[in-house]
Amino acid sequence: MKSLDDLKKIKERAQAMTELREGNEEVRIVIGMGTCGIAAGARDTLAAVVDEINTRNLRHVAVTQTGCIGMCEYEPIVDVIRQGEPKVTYGRVTPEKARQIIASHVVNGQVVGDLVISSK
Amino acid sequence: MEFYRAHVLVCGGFPCVAAGCRAVRGEIERSVKEHGLEREVRIVETGCLGPCDLGPIVVVYPEGTVYSRVSVDDVSEIVGEHLMKGRPVRRLEYTERLPSVSQADHKRPDYFGIQERIVLENVGLIDPDSIEEYIARDGYLGAGMALTSMSPDEVISAIKASGLRGRGGAAFPTGVKLGFTARVEADQKYIICNADEGEPGTFKDRLILEGDPHKVIEGMIILGYSVGATMGYIYIRGEYYLSIERIERAIAEARRYGLLGHDLFGSGFSFDIEVKKGAGAYVCGEETALIESMEGKRGEPRQKPPYPGTCGLWGKPTVVNNVETIANVPPIVRNGADWFRQFGTPTSPGTKVYTLTGDVNNKGLIEVPMGITLREVIYGVGGGIPGGRRFKMAQTGGTAGGCLSETHLDIPMDYESLQETGSALGSGALLIIDDSHCVVDIACALLRFFEHESCGQCTPCREGTRRLHDIFRKTRELAATEKDLKLARELAGVMQASSLCALGQSVAVPLFTIMDHYADEIEAHLEGRCPAGVCRPNPANADESAYETLQAGNGIR
Repeated sequence: MKSLDDLKKIKERAQAMTELREGNEEVRIVIGMGTCGIAAGARDTLAAVVDEINTRNLRHVAVTQTGCIGMCEYEPIVDVIRQGEPKVTYGRVTPEKARQIIASHVVNGQVVGDLVISSK
Repeated sequence: MEFYRAHVLVCGGFPCVAAGCRAVRGEIERSVKEHGLEREVRIVETGCLGPCDLGPIVVVYPEGTVYSRVSVDDVSEIVGEHLMKGRPVRRLEYTERLPSVSQADHKRPDYFGIQERIVLENVGLIDPDSIEEYIARDGYLGAGMALTSMSPDEVISAIKASGLRGRGGAAFPTGVKLGFTARVEADQKYIICNADEGEPGTFKDRLILEGDPHKVIEGMIILGYSVGATMGYIYIRGEYYLSIERIERAIAEARRYGLLGHDLFGSGFSFDIEVKKGAGAYVCGEETALIESMEGKRGEPRQKPPYPGTCGLWGKPTVVNNVETIANVPPIVRNGADWFRQFGTPTSPGTKVYTLTGDVNNKGLIEVPMGITLREVIYGVGGGIPGGRRFKMAQTGGTAGGCLSETHLDIPMDYESLQETGSALGSGALLIIDDSHCVVDIACALLRFFEHESCGQCTPCREGTRRLHDIFRKTRELAATEKDLKLARELAGVMQASSLCALGQSVAVPLFTIMDHYADEIEAHLEGRCPAGVCRPNPANADESAYETLQAGNGIR
């Protein structure tokens, strides 16, 4: 440790490790993991979401799951909630579509219109 | 940096380790792997989360869900339901909010709202074995700022201005203490961290060291810089295995990152730390006895003056500070004295860490601002007295601390207010006692402790503790007279005036407060009656342990 800047560099890098516990995320991605969701392939969707966040090195994103919301037909269902914006619910999200949602909605703020089933 | 969508924090404070958290952690690791979640879920062993009698405790982020009393059998449900499907296991959930857990949505009642976390800001939130997690939470920033942009005098002035006072019990202003040592010319000075916390019922220092060891290291670096000491020692009880393990690992990590050793932050200042293990004698918490013990001699207090500030370890100027005091230093340097003064009272700024034990619903580790009342602690944070019983007595500051009765419930808990009642804030133990206990019986237990722990060097303490214990044993056996109690008072007064160190001097504190606040109850014992129904005569003249066996189970409980 030769200067204060060295310390700040480590801090930048290390913050990614603890920020999940600070509860101040900017985007929350919620994946339906009820029996219906899992049967429709939500496990793979979730894995793709986590992998995509990793590849893109995204910060301040939280990924959680929820149960069946009553639209089993549309599973796997993924909600994207950007701080201060309405919740957008996507249906029939395959792993590829999940990656697309992250690229366009989570990163760039552009809702993927084709996949939206509800927005409020 | 790998992204994990969930963090599972397993409490690794010693009470949770005793409750079996290691087995639970192993099972979580196994179960997570079995579900194929090991690349999505990170498992972290953290420091104490607070409610120590509810262990093992597990917290799942990002939700901040707290599970208490988790057994190995519960793990598959937590992993399968919560981590896999996002359905928290309600039956295991601890529904009160913990200050150590940050939760995105605070829908729950805020019972712990009066807590403030300065010393414990990272405890229960970070992995104590990871220096990077500490750095992520502004760790070592205070040391970096002090070493690169402040002069030693400026550091001392900042600490003086903050009004920080020693948290080990004596409440001496820390800045003033540093000033004494800084002024002395010497070829070598030392910083000692006193982690020999021996007061029965106190375990905060241990949990601070276990939960956030780097904070203590950082505090010692800053103190070393301020007085010109290049070497620090942590004197720690030998039986604090987990604290020793964690602090030694933290020291090695800090050396690896160049945060201990030569030329820190390019400032030219060098500092290193070594751990010294004590053998667990109560008197070695006294600073000069501690120094004697470190020098390899018998743990007996020295004559004062000279004080350690000018002539301490190996005859060199030495600053001895308590763990909690040292842990307050980095946030003060980082955030400034004014920030620190917004907590607590004008004469006792900051917070105090307590270990809340005894007859209270929420036992464990808490940190509250100075100056809140005993009632707020017991009925707010502590959740009241179990079993609908009535509050009888609180002992503050461990065995050498004073006792507070029901009339003191609304006194602010700070140094001055407690001193006025004849008590002291002390080391931070808060023992709550309900009305099923007898004060004479309690006094007897305290005096037995003092008799056992007296080092025997000076006569007033060695003989006085023994005689006082005898008198209170006699009172407990309902055989004492008024003359005996008068003698006890006189004896304790002599010990207070003439004992060599705080051990003998402070026996009077609990004794006088008990005798003053519960005079009626003690008087009843002279008339052959114990109002709490605990004490009884000892016609067969049984020895103490036999008497206590007979006595066990007495009382109105």
